[in-house]
Amino acid sequence: MSKLKTQSLHKRESALANSKRQLEILSNGIFKSGELPTFKDKISETNQFPLKAKKLEILQINVGYMCNQVCEHCHVDAGPDRQEIMTRETMLQCLEVIKSTGAHTLDLTGGAPEMNPNFRWFVEEASKVGIKDFIVRSNLTIIRANKKYHDLPDFFKKYNVHVVSSMPHWTRGKTDKQRGDGVFDKSIKALQELNAVGYGMPNSNLRLDLVYNPSGAFLPSNQASMEKDFKKVLKEDFGIQFHNLFALTNLPISRFLDYLIASENYEDYMYQLVDAYNPAAVSNVMCTNTLSVSWDGFLYDCDFNQMLELPVNSKAKHISEYNKDLLEGRNIVISQHCYGCTAGAGSSCQGSVA
Amino acid sequence: MSKTYYNPADLRKFGNITEWSEELGNKFFEYYGKVFEEGALTAREKSLIALAVAHTEQCPYCIDAYTKDSLQRGVTKEEMMEAIHVGAAIKSGATLVHGVQMMNKVNKLDG
Repeated sequence: MSKLKTQSLHKRESALANSKRQLEILSNGIFKSGELPTFKDKISETNQFPLKAKKLEILQINVGYMCNQVCEHCHVDAGPDRQEIMTRETMLQCLEVIKSTGAHTLDLTGGAPEMNPNFRWFVEEASKVGIKDFIVRSNLTIIRANKKYHDLPDFFKKYNVHVVSSMPHWTRGKTDKQRGDGVFDKSIKALQELNAVGYGMPNSNLRLDLVYNPSGAFLPSNQASMEKDFKKVLKEDFGIQFHNLFALTNLPISRFLDYLIASENYEDYMYQLVDAYNPAAVSNVMCTNTLSVSWDGFLYDCDFNQMLELPVNSKAKHISEYNKDLLEGRNIVISQHCYGCTAGAGSSCQGSVA
Repeated sequence: MSKTYYNPADLRKFGNITEWSEELGNKFFEYYGKVFEEGALTAREKSLIALAVAHTEQCPYCIDAYTKDSLQRGVTKEEMMEAIHVGAAIKSGATLVHGVQMMNKVNKLDG
């Protein structure tokens, strides 16, 4: 396999930087020929089409695509060359929605959300609005990237932030292959620093969860069994503790789609996803109780639809236009990438769903 | 050579063997499924055994299937190669141990 890319698809001016091109690939070929059923056809078999949005419980906010890493499979196509950053004005609009809807979870993601210049201000303000679960998706290495980020563990602790961090594997080789040279050692150091302030301890309310996603063209294994393996090795080798492991399936979009095509694994991967389709996972997919807000305030059913530029099917398309009546009960926008969230035990930003 | 005896896409059709012998096919898959469930051995350990046997049996379908299965279970490439060496050692040992039979025969015939 090719070496780790050092630039985003956008910077490389790749054809796949265009979401329309990605959607064409997902709609044509084996799906157009009828070799594999479309996601719409598949969920129709169990009368689950159209998928409907329920009450808003989770507001997931992507505060920018800038990142200090360029991971091989990043579905956001994030990297140091991406400049898209959420403004304070849009953040205030998000806070208004949180207050008015009573959504119980606020989920900040990126890129590296900590690189948004308004990140700390936003965390402070958001901590005042009575959120039950306040998640920051940290890539860990940001904590070690620069002196100005070294105090992040204490900052997270001050606001009782729930830290969710990617950790592709417990071995240096597999982690660095997916996320870049040196990422494993920096991530281990960052986890130890989070542990040192109390994160991840068995009885601690300072939540530290890890996210595992496969390093290649295969699906994640059983979440509980992977968690057991991760806990054993990280504790024995590095003294690290954490609460839960979320196993996520890689969705065939953006840089992972680029990898699948370049490595000639695309068709086989789509077969795997369709073979592993689990109708029981459909009713719990995250898009049914989540809204994803992009850096410029537009609304999507999930982070993946955001990257494919598939906006919500509603008259209210921007966070400034949030309207419960217009958004609850809306038809969720789907395509073949949705097979990724319904394969096996199901996959969501909170791990397995079935 | 554009065609070979083995077509990787045929692995997806493995389940079709029940079409021409439903009862026996179903019994096989039921047994197969049970064998790979978590038991006294973990599913991860079973996957590594299967990978080693796939190599000693030189079954390309099984090699593809259990390489992928091992990766899914977080098995490292070093662990996979060690498992294959275990299979290879048994296979070569099984060949060489028959050398004793040859030696016995030589001694009997040509003592």
